[in-house]
Amino acid sequence: MRYAILLACLLAAACNTHQSALAPFGVEAGETRTLTLVMALAALGLAAITFALYFRAVRAPEGSLSHKGGMKLVLWMGAIVPTVLLAGLLLYALPAMRPMDSAPGDLEIRVEGEQFWWRVIYNPQDTQGRLVDANEIRIPTGRTVVFTLAAHDVVHSFWIPGLAGKMDMIPGRENRLVVKATKPGRYRGVCAELCGLAHALMAFEVVAMEPVAFDSWLAEQRTGTAAPPKDSRGARLFAREGCGACHAIRGTEHTGQIGPDLTRYAHRRSLGAGTLEPTLTNTAAFIRAPQDLKPGARMPTYTDLSREEALAIARYLKGRE
Amino acid sequence: MSDPAPRKWEHRLRITLWVLIVPPTSWAAHFLFSYLWAAISCAKTGHFATMPWLFIGGTVLALAVIALAGWVAWHQSRTPGDPPPHQESTRIDRLRFLATATLLLAALSTVGVIFTALPVVFLRECT
Ligand code: HEC
Ligand SMILES: [Cu+2]
Repeated sequence: MRYAILLACLLAAACNTHQSALAPFGVEAGETRTLTLVMALAALGLAAITFALYFRAVRAPEGSLSHKGGMKLVLWMGAIVPTVLLAGLLLYALPAMRPMDSAPGDLEIRVEGEQFWWRVIYNPQDTQGRLVDANEIRIPTGRTVVFTLAAHDVVHSFWIPGLAGKMDMIPGRENRLVVKATKPGRYRGVCAELCGLAHALMAFEVVAMEPVAFDSWLAEQRTGTAAPPKDSRGARLFAREGCGACHAIRGTEHTGQIGPDLTRYAHRRSLGAGTLEPTLTNTAAFIRAPQDLKPGARMPTYTDLSREEALAIARYLKGRE
Repeated sequence: MSDPAPRKWEHRLRITLWVLIVPPTSWAAHFLFSYLWAAISCAKTGHFATMPWLFIGGTVLALAVIALAGWVAWHQSRTPGDPPPHQESTRIDRLRFLATATLLLAALSTVGVIFTALPVVFLRECT
């Protein structure tokens, strides 16, 4: 009993609605959950029938079944019925292998896995509508979205458990994942392929929005919201330390591509690809010593910066000057 | 007592270990063929044809070979003889055993080939 309670507690600890294939917010994940349930129930049913047959066979008195009757039982219950049932389940499961259909006008989002963060590009083909962001993906509900998945360094895997199955990101290749979200909300995705030291700290936030809200959000981002003040202490330090060699901030001279785009950093819900709360103090601490907070992170340490200077940069990035 | 000369060829052909392995070998060949066919047609065209004639042909051929082995086995398994247990290894017992085993393998291989072929009906894209 004690073990049963312990087990129940352990299992319950995994219950959540923001990162779970059992709490779907997308069409594919919903279908996969139904499929899993049907398969599990069918397996339970088959096991129950088999046990019932065993139970009967063991308790039946000797000679209660003739040789011919026994052969018939083996033929039907051992071969024909299982084959037909398994064929039925197979036919029921196979259509789930089909990728979702997409049309030319569907929103395309290119996601590139990097050690150990995510580059997100909305409308990558369209020079006007292109929008670069990092570590957060916004999608409209009720519309088909095509993810183009790529990588440059090593193999990563893109997995939003509540939305769809995972898909690998392979250097030198582009994989497509077509999805459709159904329920607005904030969810979480992760890297599902061991990709290095900080692999376990490589997550991202997924925001499913009502289509209208999404459209106005994207339009607003494109036309460029007010750029952060260029002439503040934080801005000067950011430029002086050469952060712009790796980080881009739209509307400034910083256009680095090696690290995450920091334009929308103030709006992000996480720091270091889902590792920490993006508070001012955490951000400042991360800037001075990324390795301490996210071992393996590919950003140099800036211990020369005083705490106070790092805070100034953090304030600048958070748009709080 | 001498056997009357068998009239039909399926009675003349004696089931041996060689015939026994025909159905599973056919299944294995079909399995390999499926993978090769999928890989090659994906590399060449990038998608699955709506009517994959070559694949259908290969599947029908595999099923035909299995059915033939099964048919011969079925006839020979009906050779008159005693039910088991067999204490002595007589020619008749040996034949009846091999024929029944071949028949069962043919049934299993038929299911195997069909289950291997089914996904192609549902596949459209290679990725
Ligand atoms: C050599 C390139 C490089 C330089 C120079 C660099 N960074 Fe980074 N930075 C990165 C990388 C790579 C990451 C992603 C780390 C991770 O999450 O794994 C990152 C992450 C960050 C993040 C977190 C972003 C997020 O969305 O989680 C902040 C904030 C940041 N850097 C600020 C700075 C500041 C401020 C400077 C200058 C003092 C700087 N960086 C200099 C490469 C660099
Ligand atoms: Cu990874």
